[in-house]
Amino acid sequence: MPTNIDLKALSQLPDSKGHFGPYGGRFVSETLMAALQQLEETYEKLWRDPAFQEEFDTDLAHYVGRPSPLYHAKHLSEKVGGAQIYLKREDLNHTGAHKVNNTIGQALLAKYTGKPRVIAETGAGQHGVATATVAARLGLECQVYMGAEDVQRQALNVYRMKLLGAEVISVESGTRTLKDAMNEAMRDWVTNVDDTFYIIGTAAGPHPYPKLVRDFQCVIGREARNQCLSQTGRLPDALVACVGGGSNAIGLFHPFIEDAEVKMYGVEAGGYGVETGQHAAPLSAGHPGVLHGNRTYLMSDDAGQIIGTHSVSAGLDYPGVGPEHAYLKDTGRATYVDATDDEAMDAFRALTRIEGIMPAIESSHAVAYAMKLAKEMDQDQIIVVNLSGRGDKDIHTVAQIDGINI
Amino acid sequence: MSRISTSFDKLKAEGRKALIPYVTAGDPAPEVTVKLLHAMVAAGADVIELGVPFSDPMADGPVIQLACERALTHNTCLLDVLAMVAEFRQDDADTPIVLMGYLNPIEVLGYQRFAEEAEKAGVDGVLIVDLPPEESTEFNQQMRKHAIDTIYLIAPTTEESRVKYVCDHGSGYLYYVSVKGVTGSASLDVASVSEKLSIVRKYTNLPLGVGFGIKDAESAAAVSQVADGVIVGSVLVNKIAELVKDQGRIPEDVSAIIKDMRNAMDS
Repeated sequence: MPTNIDLKALSQLPDSKGHFGPYGGRFVSETLMAALQQLEETYEKLWRDPAFQEEFDTDLAHYVGRPSPLYHAKHLSEKVGGAQIYLKREDLNHTGAHKVNNTIGQALLAKYTGKPRVIAETGAGQHGVATATVAARLGLECQVYMGAEDVQRQALNVYRMKLLGAEVISVESGTRTLKDAMNEAMRDWVTNVDDTFYIIGTAAGPHPYPKLVRDFQCVIGREARNQCLSQTGRLPDALVACVGGGSNAIGLFHPFIEDAEVKMYGVEAGGYGVETGQHAAPLSAGHPGVLHGNRTYLMSDDAGQIIGTHSVSAGLDYPGVGPEHAYLKDTGRATYVDATDDEAMDAFRALTRIEGIMPAIESSHAVAYAMKLAKEMDQDQIIVVNLSGRGDKDIHTVAQIDGINI
Repeated sequence: MSRISTSFDKLKAEGRKALIPYVTAGDPAPEVTVKLLHAMVAAGADVIELGVPFSDPMADGPVIQLACERALTHNTCLLDVLAMVAEFRQDDADTPIVLMGYLNPIEVLGYQRFAEEAEKAGVDGVLIVDLPPEESTEFNQQMRKHAIDTIYLIAPTTEESRVKYVCDHGSGYLYYVSVKGVTGSASLDVASVSEKLSIVRKYTNLPLGVGFGIKDAESAAAVSQVADGVIVGSVLVNKIAELVKDQGRIPEDVSAIIKDMRNAMDS
């Protein structure tokens, strides 16, 4: 890591315009500018309001089930041989992933702003389920946009959303995955901006979304930091999290930004291998551009068209990434690597068989890299891996890979 | 003086309003576009908005999304669009051309290179849907250096406190988005448009174009009563979509719609 960066200043970003260095910002059509301005003002006011904080914390404790454990995966650590691997168990949250931390927060914002309807985009369906869940609880009308290809590969989550009372809209345009779902959600929002709150699922999009999603997800890193200190008496040597849009990763990383000795690794989806071009790793193999309201690293061609991505995990199958990660990469504070489909599936099987914990395929990318990294480290060193979601939703995908029809 | 202000001044002197058609460059095939542009001018278009195809047109409805997809099957890129403008300029030195699209293709090309190439091709203005004035300082500097107008949107949701800010950044004309929604969606309400335009006029002397929701000669005529320019897109692009298998007819059939609108606006 470069020694000349001011870590305190880095952790206080974004600036008042939503910029993380050259990244972030608010690149949307004029119709949405007023709504984003209003959201920013509401958020800044409520986030400092003790009553709002208390309601948020109470929901996280009693509805989500926080704090989530930090689990020392001794068997896996032994098997790998090297650093001690600790798992931050976001998979144990209500609805099965870290996504709910954010939807609780945004649904509260929707409630405080009096919007009767929420919309969301979803890839793997975890954010859609988390949104449908909080909408059911608060009595909000809910529509979830999901790429047609993802509707197929995540049928279980589609049905969960329906049971929760949400309408799932299958998006047939473009590549029929997460980016197209986000396009369609933006189109909905621009049309129904007066009565609709858009619950964005990741720490990306126009300002203030990257900031507020991060703030809602930072509970992961704050807990992990305290838990690591109380369990081991010291901070971890490395953090590892998977990065699609990057909300679970930024939630883990951000509270550690000023701890210079803690290394951070974001693991992108390497798909069939970054060298094949069939992947979803914009930080590893893309370049800066503008999409979905923010400037960030993107996968686009020489003409600036967004190109199709591939990943075995629907939740990482996205050509962009949150702007804060783009800046953490450029400043060198975090390192971004990738894990291929095969490496992720191997890690899925390893964690399932060795620890009896079945991770989401998204989170399996982080586990895969952590296993690689641990080997290069000493036994008294500590890696905290964000186990961002559980694998129940992926059973059909895994069975299909195994050639089994269930 | 730019072609855009020359055109609006001339129309004003004649007591007429600008008719501004939008088509996507390269839709449905690159060889159609320049012929179509000339035909639209002959039918009464005063300014042309030429869409730059983009893979993820977030502010557009299905009609223009599909136009982008058709154009992208031939990989029509920003540089191709500039080449089309240059070709158009060989036979038309007067009709302003405004490029309309999304920021990423321009980011990837680079602002400076884009400005140089656009000026060379004979582009008069640029309207980037996902570039609000807040993010446009560097872009505007490049455009001004190369005498290209930057056209900004004003929406029904734009509060009066912000209207002046947007007006101060715009040049050429301002584009009032008449409905909340994507292109080709609901029909507009002339009375509320008129009310909003009178607010905008307090802050600018720039001509005001109105787009979104103009579907036929009648609505074009109604809008021309209150605006300086009538912008029409999806209805033309729809006609192009109908003629994908009979591309030879596109210039004539699209022009027929424009002629109807022109007549209704002038009568």
